[in-house]
Amino acid sequence: MRLLSDSIGRKVVMAITGLLMVLFVVGHLLGNLSIFAGADGINTYAAKLQALPLLVWATRIVMGAAVLFHLVISIQITLENNQANPTAYAVDRRLRATFAGKNMIWTGLLLGGFILFHLFHFTVRSVPGLEIVQVHDALGRADVFAMVSAAFGKLVTAAVYVIAMLMLYLHLSHGIQSTFQSLGLNNSKTMPGFAKFGGVLSVIFLLGYGAIPVAIFFGLLAK
Amino acid sequence: MSAHATEHGTMNIKLIVWRQPARDKPGRFETYEAKNITPHHSFLEMLDVVNEDLIKAGKDPIAFDHDCREGICGMCSAVVNGVPHGGQERTTLCQLHMRKFKDGDAIYLEPWRARAFPILRDLIVDRTALDKLIQVAGFVSCHTGGVPDGNAILVGKPEADYAMDAAACIGCGACVAACPNGAAMLFAGAKVAQLAELPQGQVEAPQRVAAMVKAMADQGFGNCSNHYECEAACPKGIEVKFIARLNREFTKALCQEKIGAISTTTAASGD
Amino acid sequence: MILDGKAPTGKIQDSWDKHRFDSLKLVNPANKRKYKILVVGTGLAGGSAAATLAELGYQVEAFCYQDSPRRAHSIAAQGGINAAKAYPNDGDSIYRLFYDTIKGGDFRAREADVWRLSQVSNNIIDQCVAQGVPFARDYAGYLDNRSFGGAQVSRTFYARGQTGQQLLLGAYSALSRQIGLGTVKMFARTEMLDLVVVDGEAKGITVRDLVTGEIRTHVGDAVVLATGGYMNVFYLSTNAMGCSATAIWKAHKKGAYLANPCYTQIHPTCIPQAGDYQSKLTLMSESLRNDGRIWVPKKKEDCGKLPSEIPEADRDYYLERKYPSYGNLAPRDIASRAAKEQCDEGRGVGPGGRGVYLDFSDSIARLGESTIRERYGNLFEMYERITDENAYQRPMRIYPAPHYAMGGLWVDYNLQSNIPGLFVLGEANFSVHGANRLGASALMQGLADGYFVIPYTIANYLAQTKPGKVKSDHPECTRSIAEVKAERDRFLSVNGKRTVTEFTREVGVLMWNNVGMARTKQSLTEALQKLPAIREEFWKNVKVSGSGDELNQQLENAGRTADFIEFAELLARDALHREESCGGHFRVEHQYPDGEAMRDDANFSYAAAWEFKGTGQAQELHKEPLKFENIHLAVRSYK
Repeated sequence: MRLLSDSIGRKVVMAITGLLMVLFVVGHLLGNLSIFAGADGINTYAAKLQALPLLVWATRIVMGAAVLFHLVISIQITLENNQANPTAYAVDRRLRATFAGKNMIWTGLLLGGFILFHLFHFTVRSVPGLEIVQVHDALGRADVFAMVSAAFGKLVTAAVYVIAMLMLYLHLSHGIQSTFQSLGLNNSKTMPGFAKFGGVLSVIFLLGYGAIPVAIFFGLLAK
Repeated sequence: MSAHATEHGTMNIKLIVWRQPARDKPGRFETYEAKNITPHHSFLEMLDVVNEDLIKAGKDPIAFDHDCREGICGMCSAVVNGVPHGGQERTTLCQLHMRKFKDGDAIYLEPWRARAFPILRDLIVDRTALDKLIQVAGFVSCHTGGVPDGNAILVGKPEADYAMDAAACIGCGACVAACPNGAAMLFAGAKVAQLAELPQGQVEAPQRVAAMVKAMADQGFGNCSNHYECEAACPKGIEVKFIARLNREFTKALCQEKIGAISTTTAASGD
Repeated sequence: MILDGKAPTGKIQDSWDKHRFDSLKLVNPANKRKYKILVVGTGLAGGSAAATLAELGYQVEAFCYQDSPRRAHSIAAQGGINAAKAYPNDGDSIYRLFYDTIKGGDFRAREADVWRLSQVSNNIIDQCVAQGVPFARDYAGYLDNRSFGGAQVSRTFYARGQTGQQLLLGAYSALSRQIGLGTVKMFARTEMLDLVVVDGEAKGITVRDLVTGEIRTHVGDAVVLATGGYMNVFYLSTNAMGCSATAIWKAHKKGAYLANPCYTQIHPTCIPQAGDYQSKLTLMSESLRNDGRIWVPKKKEDCGKLPSEIPEADRDYYLERKYPSYGNLAPRDIASRAAKEQCDEGRGVGPGGRGVYLDFSDSIARLGESTIRERYGNLFEMYERITDENAYQRPMRIYPAPHYAMGGLWVDYNLQSNIPGLFVLGEANFSVHGANRLGASALMQGLADGYFVIPYTIANYLAQTKPGKVKSDHPECTRSIAEVKAERDRFLSVNGKRTVTEFTREVGVLMWNNVGMARTKQSLTEALQKLPAIREEFWKNVKVSGSGDELNQQLENAGRTADFIEFAELLARDALHREESCGGHFRVEHQYPDGEAMRDDANFSYAAAWEFKGTGQAQELHKEPLKFENIHLAVRSYK
């Protein structure tokens, strides 16, 4: 039996890497929400995080690996599935499959692209035309609040992030409940619960992450 | 409330049917008229009517698989307007009745479509691939004779009921036909779950799931992406919880194998 | 000629054990692989036989006309399987099962065969449990039993309403295991169209590949037919559309005797016919009679009313009235005939007045709807899908329908026909059910024959024959292929005006009306006059389009219908010759004043085995006298 080539083995890998990324998304969101506590909130959070390079780098490596496995396997599986079902029916009618479920590969690839963009945008700060100038606050900490506010003040940037969060919502509305099925945790009793959990969590992500660029763009976030 | 043909009018239905003379020959849709159909005609009886007309007109009748016509043999198989067996809950095509349609309806009729099910003629496909899955591991390797008394190993009622729920699969292949990925996970899951739940089948459970998963790939079935179209199309109400069970059995066996507790390469897996 | 069934003599309790040791030779393990056995049909009997023989070491080739061995019509059996386990402690025993089966068969079966069946019935349950068949269990984990028609004990094991399916899938899994191991070569979508007999022994079959149209011969050292029953001769029956007499009829034409074809079982609980277009009748498990009460209105004028409008006092629970001790659980032949009587009197309900009510309201009141739903939910659902009526709220309508063939190819105690090397199992043979089969006994017979009888008896034949005697280029094979091709070409060349189905229906309606539930000398004579005319018209006016070299369902049906037309004559002739009423054969001339079947043991206590003498010629009758040494012949009473 092989984890990385058997159909269900890869499914398990998809579920576990997916779950890891969801955990990261949860942590990232909790951190980001500190922006609603004003400049001091998010700048403190950023400074504390920077003081833990081991954690930061461990997370980066694990997430990098998770994204890589998740991406490679999903492309592989999609190609295989297209081969296994090469002809469409004349009437395209699905009873249960959702738009989100059917488009996992596309929302996933877009999210992959977005992650790259996001890293270059805020971490490397080298996206041409959207360069972010490093500034510091009164306490000498990186003034994340100012940088984020400057970035999301631009319509393009805010729009890109909001769209990406919609992709995240779609991806996870199928993905989270799917994880439980793939890991074999579903039965007829737990299944509706997991489905609801996945739905609620992905809405929280959408609202939580989405609120930041929206609030900033519309000037709702006071300094 | 009831239900005699005289109380209803008859109807005419437009059928758009996939016609393909043989395997690997090109096919296309042809349009036919089903006339004077009563609500009490079963779907296949409606096709019988069309075929009788075609034969009399000197044309080739529509070839379709069918046998018991009471929803249990699993032979009948056609996709009606994009849905295997026509989409009435827990109903095979042979048990679908024309009262579900109305006068003037247009119905697209296609064979199961999946790489693992080559079309043999018109609506008839080759489902040998499902048999192959059972042949590698869909059994308990007991000999005829020399088994203990039926009551020697007790089986709790919940376990027996769960196994029966899984065992109700008729092997029609609608799950594969409905799956956007042409996967056979519901079929395999039901068999793996049935046998893994019963004490008689537990001994071979790891080898069974290993062989079954490998065979699915060998036979050209796709992977599962949890759309649950299979469950929606299944005429016997087989639930996707059995796919979860399949995943669980696989993961369990994989872990056991990786720590060296068991081996899954045996005669049963065909290796 | 007087036929010898070669049944062992002596104490019946020891007969099978003694026979196995004294009379049956063995083939040693190293030699088994030199013998090839051809098994036709993959239902309970064929599937279990192929699996078991392959496991023993023989080379096996198995054939079925369906696309998979899992689809044989055994799968449709709903209610259960009998065994003499006596788990409920209610007085059952092997002897009682033996007795019930002989009596239920109206004393027209061979005692020793029935004893053996009863004896091995217990092994079947053990075997199926070991295979992972999910039989119903009680909360303590023990196997559950239910009661069934024709028995006063609860000996029926069941898996919801899908017992046949689960047992077949058990046999199919065993067969699949052997296919996977390479010991069985499976030929699905392949129909047997001839038996190859060389020097008086069965050595092969000629088949048509239903996908490519190829006609070829397979040779072996023995041939096992497990091809089911012939009830589609009535056109509308509970059988699958593909069930046919073709395999046994072709064997019959090659010399195998066909026994007791007039013993046909009409099942009492089927959904009534709704219209002429109908292609089959659907059975509702007999187990429904455990909790349903059968009635018709007492007054003809009430027949058109809604059942709820007919007060209790105006309902005639005729089975309870006529058979107080068995009531609604009277055997099938009796229950069917009683339903026909009520309808003939004009008290039937539903379309054409051909139906009686099966009412669950008392049981629902007593046990609650949820209990009834748990027991029969799938049947109620099926009923609603077909009739659009909710049987929890209004009684089901049921009517008898052709269901099971007790007659079949004649076999001796070893299940070997009069052609050495030709073995016949399950419904295709005539052996254990006499003139009527009890509910839940067909599954028992199929698996008994396949798992526990044929492995012993076929060895006895093979031990006395050299392996590989006939090769596929033998002149008999060539001749057989030529014959099959000639018949195929004849179907295709007629190019008449009537479709195959029209002929099938014509024969079926004639058989149902004249040779169905009640037969008279006149109706039978009339059928025998009309059938040759239908046969002649068929060959002049049938229309089969397409070619023989492709998947051609019309061609398949044409072959089956042609054989049914010929077979129907034999069925009618057998019914005409048997001047008595017994079990599923009811001659109106032979009945007691109260309408019960009147047997004539002095003159008809024999199995009638017919020898083919040419198409359109009268068959020659051979008799196998039946001796009853353990059970006294008695009038069968269920009052």
